[in-house]
Amino acid sequence: MLYREVGEFKTSYAADQQTFPIRFDKLAYFIILAFAFLVVPFLINDYWANAVLLPFLIFGIAAIGLNILTGYCGQVSLGSGGFMAVGAYACYKLMTGFPDMNLIICIILSGGVTALVGILFGLPSLRIKGFYLAVATLAAQFFLVWLFNKVGWFYNYSASGQINAPEREMLGIVISGPNSSPQAVYLVCLSFLTVLALIARNLTRGAFGRKWMAIRDMDIAAEIIGVNPLMAKLTAFGVSSFYVGIAGALLFSVYLGAVEVGEVFGIQKSFLVLFMIIIGGLGSIFGSLAGAAFLVLMPVVLKNVMVGSLGWPVDIAAHFEFLIVGSLIVFFLIVEPHGFAMLWRIIKEKLRLWPFPH
Amino acid sequence: MKLKTLIVGAVTALAVASPALADLTFPNLTYRTGPYAVNGIPYADGYADYMTLLNERDGGIGGVNVNYIECETQYNTEKGVECYENTKGEGSLVYQPMSTGITYQLIPKATADGIPILSMGYGRTSAANGKVFSHVFNYPANYWVGASAVINHILDLNNGNIKGKKIALVYHNSAYGKEPIRTLQELEKKHGFKLSLLPVDHPGQEQKSQWLQIRRERPDYVTMWGWGVMNPTAIQEAANIRYPMENFIGVWWSGSEGDVLPAGDAAHGYKSLAMHNTGSDFPIYADLKKHVYDKGLAAGDGSSSGQVLYNRGLYAAMLATEAARLAQKMSGKADISPADMRDAMEAFSIDEGRMAALGLPNFAPSFSVSCENHGGPGLAAIQQWDAKAKKWSMVTDFLETDGEVINALIAEDSSAYAAENKITDRCG
Repeated sequence: MLYREVGEFKTSYAADQQTFPIRFDKLAYFIILAFAFLVVPFLINDYWANAVLLPFLIFGIAAIGLNILTGYCGQVSLGSGGFMAVGAYACYKLMTGFPDMNLIICIILSGGVTALVGILFGLPSLRIKGFYLAVATLAAQFFLVWLFNKVGWFYNYSASGQINAPEREMLGIVISGPNSSPQAVYLVCLSFLTVLALIARNLTRGAFGRKWMAIRDMDIAAEIIGVNPLMAKLTAFGVSSFYVGIAGALLFSVYLGAVEVGEVFGIQKSFLVLFMIIIGGLGSIFGSLAGAAFLVLMPVVLKNVMVGSLGWPVDIAAHFEFLIVGSLIVFFLIVEPHGFAMLWRIIKEKLRLWPFPH
Repeated sequence: MKLKTLIVGAVTALAVASPALADLTFPNLTYRTGPYAVNGIPYADGYADYMTLLNERDGGIGGVNVNYIECETQYNTEKGVECYENTKGEGSLVYQPMSTGITYQLIPKATADGIPILSMGYGRTSAANGKVFSHVFNYPANYWVGASAVINHILDLNNGNIKGKKIALVYHNSAYGKEPIRTLQELEKKHGFKLSLLPVDHPGQEQKSQWLQIRRERPDYVTMWGWGVMNPTAIQEAANIRYPMENFIGVWWSGSEGDVLPAGDAAHGYKSLAMHNTGSDFPIYADLKKHVYDKGLAAGDGSSSGQVLYNRGLYAAMLATEAARLAQKMSGKADISPADMRDAMEAFSIDEGRMAALGLPNFAPSFSVSCENHGGPGLAAIQQWDAKAKKWSMVTDFLETDGEVINALIAEDSSAYAAENKITDRCG
């Protein structure tokens, strides 16, 4: 009904490789994009921006980053929280060290710094694999958090060890600090996500992506057919950390404004991002976003339903929130172990054949 | 179809939760769950019960009902921000985040939104400088007062000479725990003791190595900036290494029933700071029983009544609602705005007579706030745990602290904040 097509007649590589092979999907993509850029800014207030949309967009970026590493290249990482911290602290040092630098440039440079750190911590991946690599990246997580807590230079020796984002403008519009409007910060994060998602999509279907996937599927075979594992793994670590670093920088400068490394970038953040891509779907950009949406929005929706409209006591609601989110995760993983992305793919295939499946 | 119902339900839920405008709204960012719940619950219960008492007994404040709303943060700053954004639209008069991390988040946000913050005994210490922090108040006491009070108490115990003594600070490795360090370092220079720093990471259950170090170094005194599950763990560890409890002094956030009871008799003699009196021997408890408990309106399961942190919740609610009362008087209208509330908090004062009238005689020191001084009097007392009687008792009066050192530090830190954020001094 939705998809009016008959059979698959692809005659060129370009047609086979396109992002949206179905016209309806392409249309939907542009409509959603136009809606997000042109309509949503007029609908949101502080609450929608700060409690719902910003965390979704920022964790979407982080999830895409981790998905490049884990989903496409097959290297399990538990260091995302630590790499986000690198992004945040790099951004802080750049913002305070060069007060005249545009915040956007600061954020992109922070991503670059994180990429370098990520490559450094990615080096062990050449020798250790699977669970052992996860443990090595876990060490990165703890080391980085400890470092930012311990060395005063990173937080400019402030009494509390916190970092605070000063107010910054772009084109005369405040985009960080307390006086920024929800529209401005939303559009900044949305632009970052859109551009980064496009880049990720194109990287993953290009030569780089195919090398990553070759390594993921079987690294010895990949080596035999001429994929350099050093380059493939380190580029995956670099690109992934770049994304995660940008997410950390945005989380600090645009979203929270003040950050304490142990709490905001602790191990639970690494797990959160990892859960996002597992639930969303490994090796899928759409899956990263779906996973981020699920894990960011679900608690907020549940809380508003239980406390806001049902009037339950907050502590009972908080306990139920854990229960419901947890059991939903289990439910979805049983129903579809490959995540929302696979679920969506199956629905799409069914709809393409509907109403004549035979 | 199910998904659709869910979404529709969620959207209506968001829409239905609309503000009631004719009330005085006091939001409370609670943490009744998570690793800090052991301390969060009694405080939230006390705060809620005081608000219920005002509604039930007096019909609110100045005839206007109190609209008390809770939002669960689990002591997490991101959830705290969500709660702030969620509740600020309902005409919230004042925020008492009960978390130093969340306070740091809210200082710039609330200042921009024109809503005052009352962070009593926590938050950013240099907010005591009202010339820089227009919307933040941290009366009646702050962390640097606390640090100085601990050292003063140790000075008293040693006839004023603590040269060469070793003092260890066991602290929560966060903004909260790091706050006293600078003051303690200044006092170290002044009094010649040796300070060692022992950070404990969130949530604080893992302290074996810190206490092993204490066992090895044998400091003469240990002071602690702990919160949540870290407190009972530390007291248990101190008991395990047979550290003399009377030399172990916690801040006012590390001295409630939930912290000492798990260690049993071993916690006997443990000391902590206090910013108000303890126990339930106050007339207000008769009113609470009559108007709140007996009507079945008590918050939580009602078991925290009379605890130290329950009293702190009462005290916090009392300071906030008294400021609202003053705001009604100053603005001449019953339905006050956050701006009125802020003005009243800056002109706030409370004395023994008023506290006695509220049913809290001999509960806390009297003080007044001014435009320059948002920090109150800087008084703190010491309380001690009696494990046999299972109660806290005050061992000192509310004593002066080292204002000279503290004020210099406050001036330094707040001027750095002012320079960073391009704030010019207020207060003429």
